[in-house]
Amino acid sequence: MKNDPIHQFQITDLLPLEVGGYNVSFTNSALFMVLTVLLSSAFLIMSTSGRGLIPTRLQSISEMTYEFVANMLRDSAGSEGMKFFPLVFSLFVFILIGNLFGMFPYFFTITSHIIVTAALALLVIGIVIVYGFWKHGLGFLKLFVPSGVPPVLAVIIVPIEVLSFISRPLSLSVRLFANMLAGHITLKVFAGFIVSLSALGIGGVIGSILPLAFTVALTALEFLVAFLQAYVFAILTCMYLNDAIHPSH
Amino acid sequence: MSADNLAKTNTEVGTPSEGGEGGNFPPFDPSTFASQLLWLAITFGVFYYLMSKTVLPRISGILEVRSDRIAKDLEKANELKQQSDEAIAAYEQELAEARGRAHSIAQDARDKAKADADAERQKVENELSSKLSEAESKIAAIKNAALAEVGTIAEDTTTALVKELLGGKLTKSEVSSAVKQADTK
Repeated sequence: MKNDPIHQFQITDLLPLEVGGYNVSFTNSALFMVLTVLLSSAFLIMSTSGRGLIPTRLQSISEMTYEFVANMLRDSAGSEGMKFFPLVFSLFVFILIGNLFGMFPYFFTITSHIIVTAALALLVIGIVIVYGFWKHGLGFLKLFVPSGVPPVLAVIIVPIEVLSFISRPLSLSVRLFANMLAGHITLKVFAGFIVSLSALGIGGVIGSILPLAFTVALTALEFLVAFLQAYVFAILTCMYLNDAIHPSH
Repeated sequence: MSADNLAKTNTEVGTPSEGGEGGNFPPFDPSTFASQLLWLAITFGVFYYLMSKTVLPRISGILEVRSDRIAKDLEKANELKQQSDEAIAAYEQELAEARGRAHSIAQDARDKAKADADAERQKVENELSSKLSEAESKIAAIKNAALAEVGTIAEDTTTALVKELLGGKLTKSEVSSAVKQADTK
């Protein structure tokens, strides 16, 4: 069981709860969602509480995060997109801190469950669809017909565009989920090698240097992936929102 | 997809007895979905609320105040620069004026000195020329007097000469007429 790389994704009930026949227990996943929100909110609120004209270091971090996401959104969706700024910012920080929390040993990675990433992706796509139709009516469907395409080609292009649109929530959720899952499994497998090789004796201990080096390198890589996936999720959100704001290409 | 493969490797690697829940791959276990969705909705909802109501307005406020302050400071700096430029221009102008004034004062002094010197010279020249003419007139008078005496000397000399040479006696009037005759020749 110790060497089972999947065990880290096991969800265990911490506080059993059942509502309307559904098991909605407070689980380790829920605990880490709460911790993610608590940590990031506390940091953001406390670091900016001074409202310093000259920022402290921590306030600088909050401001940099703010400007990082704000620039990302403004660059891809224009100034009109700024009304979605709280959403994109929340998504970015929530996913980033959730991913980084997963890097601690024995901590649960909330984004390693497809239902979480799928819910976030569907939230984004749902907002894109609702806002698109609310703002442009049927004009939103122009999204599927690139301007300047002759009708003959449109017959081929439109189904492709529709398909690509449908695959967006899928790719958005699976990308994040699979990256976190695969990364943590790989890490666990290599770390497991060290333990099982060391158990073989002195030769095994020497032999375990290689997986140890791999584990160290992979840990660094996983930190990069944790940030990168949050960034990718946020920037794709920005691009999809841009489609809702400016449907005609 | 890859997750399925992973699920298969799990069932191969993992010990089936310990799973307890049919050895399900946890991320695909639907029995946990309801709980995860609920808690995600709660936590993310709270997070979104906190961000949009507290944190983001606060940070944007901080950034706005800062950029306003920077703009204001820059404006003030520009204003001060303009003021200093004006002061420099005024100073330069004053300097030029003072220089001009100094120049004219020097010119005046020079002119006055020159005029004084001219007047002095004129005076001295006048004095000299008056002295000269005085001297000339004196010389002329002396010369006239001398010339006037020449006649009497000639008469005396003639009388004496005639007396010595001829032994005769001449009247004074005869001699003087003869001298006058000789003088006019």
